[in-house]
Amino acid sequence: MSGLRRRPQTGAGAGAAATAARAQALVVPTGRRSVAPAVVGLGLALAIVVLFGLGTPWGEVSVFGLNAGLRAAWQLPDLVVPSALGIYLAALVAAAVGAAYLRWPRLKGGTTVALAVTALVVAFLVWAVQGQSLNLVGMLRSTLLRATPIALAALSGVLCERAGVINIAIEGMMLTSALTAVVSASVTGSLVTGMLVAVLTGGLLALVHGALSIRYRVDQIVSGTVINIFATGLTSYLSARFLERFAHLNRSGTLPVVAIPGLADIPIIGPVLFQQSVIVYVMLALVIAVHVLLFKSRFGLRMRAVGEHPRAADTLGIDVWRTRYLSVLLGGMAAGVGGAYFTIGSVGRFDEVMTGGRGFIGLAAMIFGNWTPGGAFASSLIFGFADSLQIRMQILQTPIPSEFLLMAPYVATIVALSGVVGRVSPPAADGQPYEK
Amino acid sequence: MSERIRAMARAAAIPLLAVATGLVAGALIVVVTDVEVIRAWGRVVQDPGHALAATWRSIATAYGALFEGSLGSAYAISESLVTTTPYIFAGLAVALGFRAGLFNIGVEGQLFMGALASVWIGYSVKGLGAWLHLPLALLAGAAAGAAWAAIPGYLKARTGAHEVVNTIMMNYIAFRLSDWLLNGPMKRPGPGGMPGFVPISPEVLPSAYLPRLFEPPLRFHVGFFLALALAVGVWWLLWRTPLGFEMRSVGANPDAARTAGMAVGRTYVVAMALSGALAGLAGANQVLGVDRWLGQGFSPGYGFDSIALALLGGSHPGGVVLASLLFGTLRSGATRMQSVAGIPIDIITILQALILAFVAAPALVRALYRIRGETAAGPVLTRGWGRG
Repeated sequence: MSGLRRRPQTGAGAGAAATAARAQALVVPTGRRSVAPAVVGLGLALAIVVLFGLGTPWGEVSVFGLNAGLRAAWQLPDLVVPSALGIYLAALVAAAVGAAYLRWPRLKGGTTVALAVTALVVAFLVWAVQGQSLNLVGMLRSTLLRATPIALAALSGVLCERAGVINIAIEGMMLTSALTAVVSASVTGSLVTGMLVAVLTGGLLALVHGALSIRYRVDQIVSGTVINIFATGLTSYLSARFLERFAHLNRSGTLPVVAIPGLADIPIIGPVLFQQSVIVYVMLALVIAVHVLLFKSRFGLRMRAVGEHPRAADTLGIDVWRTRYLSVLLGGMAAGVGGAYFTIGSVGRFDEVMTGGRGFIGLAAMIFGNWTPGGAFASSLIFGFADSLQIRMQILQTPIPSEFLLMAPYVATIVALSGVVGRVSPPAADGQPYEK
Repeated sequence: MSERIRAMARAAAIPLLAVATGLVAGALIVVVTDVEVIRAWGRVVQDPGHALAATWRSIATAYGALFEGSLGSAYAISESLVTTTPYIFAGLAVALGFRAGLFNIGVEGQLFMGALASVWIGYSVKGLGAWLHLPLALLAGAAAGAAWAAIPGYLKARTGAHEVVNTIMMNYIAFRLSDWLLNGPMKRPGPGGMPGFVPISPEVLPSAYLPRLFEPPLRFHVGFFLALALAVGVWWLLWRTPLGFEMRSVGANPDAARTAGMAVGRTYVVAMALSGALAGLAGANQVLGVDRWLGQGFSPGYGFDSIALALLGGSHPGGVVLASLLFGTLRSGATRMQSVAGIPIDIITILQALILAFVAAPALVRALYRIRGETAAGPVLTRGWGRG
């Protein structure tokens, strides 16, 4: 049971957790190595051949553009891949990692599966693009852009849950902030104000979540659901009551794309990383900031202590409630930035329920990333890629209906959550209210 | 006997106060978002009477329309009961899950899957008598909902993955799936057998109709009685059968249930499937009794509202029926409130969230009304993210 098989509660720091993990590895017999990753690798190789390889005529080519098309100091030639050859090479790679897993004990199962899935994605791309061309750099740019709200939601989750408060209200926080951001920016004509108001909105809702779940000891999932329902109702209500009548309240313009001088001219990497919307830079800065806060600061140490073993933290003189309130507040503010993405960060107007489950996908990214900022960001990229891929597949008119591609991020979330690729280890006191 | 009545009154006090507080807060929201009222209060110094009158008029128009639209005529009452019916099914679905310690947020998706399955049986199977066709269509709806809900149930049992996020994801997948079906395989043919333009399903055959009991335009149909019967059925299942005992034990304390030799994982799957079957019936009820075809977004959020219903009804079938009557009346009245007073129907969602907050935090209500008393333990749903 989750309560029993959690990490042994030895204390706070990362060192202690690592020691505990090692101790557990000694106690729990690991058994024989599962052959599942090898089966996945070989199975995917077969799938690549059957699904993509057999139907692809030799002589067809897939063209991948390597220039952003915005402004480039020098142009790279297009990458031209013979389609069938590319697909069979990908199949070979998938089969090879599967076989390598069996022969090479140091290769991890998760890595094996990840490599095989990557081969599958590459094969799919080559298959879908055959006879046409796809701007690869443009796609990677939009991957990072579309990963942004998911990463911000995941960071929000990391901040709350490291302190032991489950926050499924991120979706509602983002939705509300999206609305307040666009309205305040439209009224004041200042996108910076819009951003600040979004952050404050997220923080305010976080305090409600904090009060309900910490002070009034409402079940955290119920409290989060209340906030989500409230946010959906309130934003739709206000939007129907005001934004439809007064269109000028819902026209803010969007945060600009800023090319960082010099760096933006690097081929491929430049346009992807350094020619982005301001909100992408904000997100990247926050990933680093949250990492530093969590693992290099005194407050971060206290946060993790409170999330792992509140009783011990209390004994050491840490104010559990205060630490939790602060963490939830910070998490709500991160969600606020995520909300701003939807309106002032991308389309410049608010539409009902425009977050479309990104808050929940962010939670999955957080779990997938093992409650670390870096891991959460990396997982967000996977979801961002799926999102961006889905749009391009509609343009390429593959025989797969767009509805199924739209399902991909949600299916990926379920797969991630179910721990298919690896076990998850949430903070030990995650979700447990604390009473003195 | 009087002791028992007093106990029931005590149990009902918090939900009643929560509803009352919610309605007052709703009135407040209506008033502060009314442009006329805001303008009147802007000139309150010059003309205080006008500001008060505008405020009163705003509330009176809104709640007057709400009352008229929900209970003001035979048609209004019939519509209120028509809206109550899917609420009972969906509320029972969430309540059953709660009793087994599962938070099924996926009712909306399961409801869509149920509606898709029953509408499909309803229009594609021809030449059956109503005595066979209707039960078949209902069963198909229940089965589809059950299958859809069993997936997150299985994942929880097998991997410990929390059902909350998984059922939400299943919702989005169900919406996309129904978009695809209604735009493709299930699309209603247009004139001359060509594919139609609107993404709606063909019409259900009369042999699969849930019969209506009065002359049109009254749409009250037998689904209401089916829902009541199922409420009794769920009560009987939970408190009079071994399976129900097992579900309640797992819900109360899975560790103790496992120690007592119960198959906790299997119970999760069974409870989720039963919950999904009820949700599927909510969808089936709607397409077979009311709409008789399926279009995109046919549910105004019955599945999401059902969470509030189950909590408000204390996860008890009787309570769920009462809560459903309340919400059915409110939503039905809100439709008129929207058309007459121009108040967006989403006010209902806000009301639900407020009521839910007060029900979930009895301490909050007690603090507001200065009531002393012990806090009853609510359902424990947060057990972390998994690998349990």
